[in-house]
Amino acid sequence: MDTPNTEIDALVRREYQHGFVTDLESDTVPPGLDEDVVRLISRKKQEPAFLTEWRLRAYRHWLTMSEPRWANLHHPPIDYDEISYYSAPKSKDDGPKSLDEVDPKLLETYEKLGIPLHERAALAGVAVDAVFDSVSVATTFKDKLAEQGIVFCSFSEAVREHPALVEAYLGTVVPYTDNFFATLNSAVFSDGSFCYVPKGLRCPMELSTYFRINAAKTGQFERTLVVADEGSYVSYLEGCTAPARDENQLHAAVVELVALEGAEIKYSTVQNWYPGDEHGTGGIYNFVTKRGDCRGNGSKISWTQVETGSAITWKYPSCILRGDDSVGAFYSVALSNLRQQADTGTKMIHLGRNTRSTVVSKGISAGRGQNSYRGLVQIGKGAENARNYTQCDSLLMGDRCGAHTFPYMEVKNPSAKVEHEATTSKISDDQLFYCRQRGIGEEDAVSMIVNGFCKEVFRELPMEFAVEAQKLLEVSLEGAVG
Amino acid sequence: MLEIRDLRVAVDGKDILTGLDLRVAPGEVHAIMGPNGSGKSTLAHVLAGRDGYEVTGGEILFEGRPLLDLAPEERACAGLFLAFQYPVEIPGVNNTYFLKAAVNAIRKHRGEPELDAMDFLALVREKLAVLHMDESLLKRGVNVGFSGGEKKRNEIFQLAIMEPRLAILDETDSGLDIDALKDVAKGVNALRSPERAIILVTHYQRLLDHIVPDRVHVLSGGRIATSGGQDLALELESRGYEWVREAAAGA
Ligand SMILES: Nc1ncnc2c1ncn2[C@@H]1O[C@H](COP(=O)(O)OP(=O)(O)O)[C@@H](O)[C@H]1O
Ligand SMILES: [Mg+2]
Repeated sequence: MDTPNTEIDALVRREYQHGFVTDLESDTVPPGLDEDVVRLISRKKQEPAFLTEWRLRAYRHWLTMSEPRWANLHHPPIDYDEISYYSAPKSKDDGPKSLDEVDPKLLETYEKLGIPLHERAALAGVAVDAVFDSVSVATTFKDKLAEQGIVFCSFSEAVREHPALVEAYLGTVVPYTDNFFATLNSAVFSDGSFCYVPKGLRCPMELSTYFRINAAKTGQFERTLVVADEGSYVSYLEGCTAPARDENQLHAAVVELVALEGAEIKYSTVQNWYPGDEHGTGGIYNFVTKRGDCRGNGSKISWTQVETGSAITWKYPSCILRGDDSVGAFYSVALSNLRQQADTGTKMIHLGRNTRSTVVSKGISAGRGQNSYRGLVQIGKGAENARNYTQCDSLLMGDRCGAHTFPYMEVKNPSAKVEHEATTSKISDDQLFYCRQRGIGEEDAVSMIVNGFCKEVFRELPMEFAVEAQKLLEVSLEGAVG
Repeated sequence: MLEIRDLRVAVDGKDILTGLDLRVAPGEVHAIMGPNGSGKSTLAHVLAGRDGYEVTGGEILFEGRPLLDLAPEERACAGLFLAFQYPVEIPGVNNTYFLKAAVNAIRKHRGEPELDAMDFLALVREKLAVLHMDESLLKRGVNVGFSGGEKKRNEIFQLAIMEPRLAILDETDSGLDIDALKDVAKGVNALRSPERAIILVTHYQRLLDHIVPDRVHVLSGGRIATSGGQDLALELESRGYEWVREAAAGA
């Protein structure tokens, strides 16, 4: 065209002014979000056009939304213009240079968790090469799985290697319009994991993202997509630990699960993001959208979560029971100590006939922690013979913490059976004294009683994870009594 | 082994024990009797180190060491065991797991190696047989859903496994039928040894038919009002506690 479009011209010039192009090498984008930033992220990842467009649609939609306010959470407003949306492969000079520079309290915690030294360094954000050991572990793993046709890789890699799969399933469970945080994630997600299990295959090992912790430093907006094709089975583990920082960090992840006919997905999370200190300084703001779609008849999805970290947890792993005879489950332990606040629970959306769901929620409040269970059980018109059982237990330690329960029920089919049980208890002096009289020290007694309280959830976790979860609780509750 | 001198204890500002003296030597079995509310459980709890009791005077020596300075778990590790009048439920904590944790906590304190699973299991089976305890109780949560009798058996089962130096049984007999009482007595009698002392806190004489004590004390008015042998228990059974109170008041 001969007529120069001055508007575009101006835009281009402005883009240049902002220095995005020159900044390409430095891998950091100044704080703030606009379409250019979204495009830049997509370009850096060499994404196909469909994904760039999808991100942009999400971004434009996000502009029309506002932060949800209904949760029982209190925090200063988040300034989205202060966040840097692409800080990915940060250079090694960025973190602490050696373990000597890391908060000893944090290292002590890792030591108690039995995490090997080089791993501890990685967790603390120390730039050491040893961390690449774990990456190669993950890789060996991956090749073995690939022989069977199982795809297990980073989200970016999936976009490059399996774009058709990604395009077919991305946003089909959590659409980019879903909610403020999921929409933001859709626009700017950095990386995450992708897993596809082909028809009829039982994934022979637990898939874990635990080893990709070094990448987590960049991943404040991770996106995970797990697809289990007909008749397949996969158990997926996700472990999170974050370095301690004084400022609050926003973490807005999205996880989508798709289970086709007769498929089963078990998704387990042990979340230990930095909770902030005893005065409420620092800590992760964890606003996460996790949803599973039991798309096929007879499919199963179960969420098991142990949430011990984060200053704020806003998280409702849910199941859409679309297929007939599909089964959803949610097993949760959420701990709020110090000044932590958790508003967490689940949504069980029954659409198909003979669908069943089980919800077991264990909330532990200590210190000045606030713990809310928020759960929705929805039985659609066509959900003939749907069943839900919800059990919601709260354990209080001390008298400065709080436990709250917000159950919602919407039943549109009269054949449904929905049961809800709730209890609130305290660790009693009687229980503590009984343990101590038998020689068990106070802290051990507390963790024994708390573990007993959480037992129904822990037994849903894979063995090694159950052990880790118990240790985490112990560490997180240290000093909570007495 | 145990020496209590002029022990004074208040609860919520109310004096419960007002100068109690008691000496228990190794190998001895002492019975402490007394009406409801006389302070028997208070004494047992103060010995075990429970919060909520204010010791306003006196001292307690356990194997020559002042007991009152020790935390409850330290007392347990030193060999003091309390069979509770009202054992508490701990949901989700497996009964066997709990007991193993207790045994190993004490072994660790003594610098002994932890018992491995096989040795522990062998020990458990041996004691189960003595107490006629239903094995299924081992797999349940600690005392969760146990009947009154099952809870008491479980206390004695723990006692048998832990083999303390000093065992205090707080009304272990109450609520037991005669068969259970005999099993409990058998378990306790099997523990009698020259190195071990036992204090039986009871309301009724009946237990003492099965576990014959060396000394019987009557707790009344906040102190040991009178002491004697097995015949004192029989006298209490026929005459009630009133005469002790009167005798003590008259003295
Ligand atoms: N926690 C408590 N608060 C108030 N009073 C108590 C408490 N525990 C015991 N008492 C009182 O102390 C007295 C002795 O009680 P206890 O030692 O249980 O007697 P016993 O075991 O001989 O029946 C009773 O009057 C009882 O009411
Ligand atoms: Mg009593």
